[in-house]
Amino acid sequence: MINISEDVNTVAQDKTYEHDRLYNTELTQQLLNEYQHNFPVTSTPYAEIAERLGVDEQTVLDLLKVLDNASILSRVGPVFRPNRVGVSTLAAMAVPEYKLEKIAEIISAYPAVNHNYEREHHFNLWFVVTAENQMLLDEVLQDMQTQTDIRIMSLPMEKDYHIDLGFPLKLVEGGHNHDK
Amino acid sequence: MSQQKETYKLDDIDRKVISATQAGLPLTLHPYHDVAEQIGLKVEEVIARLQNMTDQGIIRRTGVVPNHYKLGFKSNGMSVWNVPDDKIKALGKKVGSLEFVSHCYQRPRFLPEWPYNLFAMVHGTSHEEVNEKVKKISELLAADDEGHQILFSSRILKKTGLRI
Repeated sequence: MINISEDVNTVAQDKTYEHDRLYNTELTQQLLNEYQHNFPVTSTPYAEIAERLGVDEQTVLDLLKVLDNASILSRVGPVFRPNRVGVSTLAAMAVPEYKLEKIAEIISAYPAVNHNYEREHHFNLWFVVTAENQMLLDEVLQDMQTQTDIRIMSLPMEKDYHIDLGFPLKLVEGGHNHDK
Repeated sequence: MSQQKETYKLDDIDRKVISATQAGLPLTLHPYHDVAEQIGLKVEEVIARLQNMTDQGIIRRTGVVPNHYKLGFKSNGMSVWNVPDDKIKALGKKVGSLEFVSHCYQRPRFLPEWPYNLFAMVHGTSHEEVNEKVKKISELLAADDEGHQILFSSRILKKTGLRI
């Protein structure tokens, strides 16, 4: 675990007036520490958060928008468990270096692909393929092999051993603002 | 954790709710109302569906999801392990409960090129930090570590929410 407040500050404060006005280090830390899970599933979630944190709901929402604009926020919402909504697999390809750009583009263009990473390995392209059912998933994988002429190593999840409580972010109490 | 209820079947309304929320709720004061309006449901229905899917384990949490890369976790190492099949359950639980492991999955081997059956995603601020954490996993597994590798990501080519 590390103290990320400095990173958050550096990224979020892009020195515009809006950011200066709306950004709040302490509130960012509280939000990231306390609401990576248990975001209210109620008709007024921000009012509940605001009440708990002692601010008003518009302040909370504005801050999330700032974090979103700075790409610090991935999203706010439900995190679905893999393989419960349709089926998915982790697929890998060993792509010759000179073809990598082109093959990566072809793979990323499939709507069934939601993650695609280049990794430093003989198997250098790793992506997650999802589909509504196994038959459709197999069809997509087959189609990818035909389109790219490269064999796919498909490694579907057999068991999940992780308890997902969000990512452990150790944020320093109170934090420190960049001499604002 | 790995005990999942497999009985609940998603219906069309669930799928609509999933489609409308998987990439994130709208950043508005009343996000569930806006989702409801978008897909032609009552807000109470949307909330009830999301709560039910949470109870069923289909949604594992609802929250503010940060972008780890921007938060300084610039190195993402997929560590892959060859462990004995008859011990994988206990070993998986051990590795999956380490605080620096964000995902821990059992996957099939793909022989002969790929002997690894346990995957643990390790994040760190540098390759060195990831290496150190992987070393801790290796020490934890001791003799049951029959070979491992770390695959560092050099580029994120595509990343979106879940799709159905």
